[in-house]
Amino acid sequence: MHNFTPISALIGGIIIGLSVVLYFYTTGRLAGISGIFENAVTQSSKRLSNILFLIGLVIGPMFIYYIISPNEPITFEITHSYLLIIPGGFLVGFGTRLGGGCTSGHGICGIGRLSVNSMIATALFVATGIITVFILQQLGVYL
Amino acid sequence: MNDKIISLISGVIFGIGLVISGMTNPEKVLGFLSITHNWDASLIFVMGGAILAFAPFFFLLKNKEVSALGAKIELPEKQNIDKKLLIGTALFGVGWGLVGLCPGPAIAALATFDPIIIIFLVSMAAGVLAKKKYY
Repeated sequence: MHNFTPISALIGGIIIGLSVVLYFYTTGRLAGISGIFENAVTQSSKRLSNILFLIGLVIGPMFIYYIISPNEPITFEITHSYLLIIPGGFLVGFGTRLGGGCTSGHGICGIGRLSVNSMIATALFVATGIITVFILQQLGVYL
Repeated sequence: MNDKIISLISGVIFGIGLVISGMTNPEKVLGFLSITHNWDASLIFVMGGAILAFAPFFFLLKNKEVSALGAKIELPEKQNIDKKLLIGTALFGVGWGLVGLCPGPAIAALATFDPIIIIFLVSMAAGVLAKKKYY
């Protein structure tokens, strides 16, 4: 596990959790990103608030990348194969809405609420994610 | 402070947390899903940290009538574990494993100005709209 970074992961995780706390305490809503994304894309109530949350989600990283540590290279390694990107994006959008949540909605908010559904959902998407990566590795797509 | 400003601030804090945690890098997420080769358990600490920070506040606040801004507290309705939940989350996991992006980091990745992320987000929006249309 030479890439293992538990300290920064824990600190970052706590900051994410505090954002969820702030959002819930003030707005009364749970910060599930796939739900916020859906509300921003389709016309429903609180659309502007949802769009602003997503804009914040881009401003935060920009602040770190370009103002706090402008001399550090951005670590962003992603496939550029459309064969992975297009079905990947589609399944993430379709699956999170059909299943009612993503890593934040089920994984953080749901487990935090001790929701059994969210615990099952999280175990399931981690499991299918692991199987997918394993198959791609066998096919030589990822090493 | 109104709903819009607080949404923006919450998003900024969430995005900063994502970068510090390392989860904005798809390769790192794939490292977590790669249990048979160079497994990177960092994601467990990200989720664990977030849950530990959120859970106590949730149980402190959930029985309040209204939020600090006077809005109704919106909790998901209790649902049975049904086909939609199982099929939806299973498909989400497949998409997550194909690229290493879930919705939060996918949107945060716009900050990198890598054009491939636009393709991912358009596909993701198409998935959301397809679900809306057919279910």
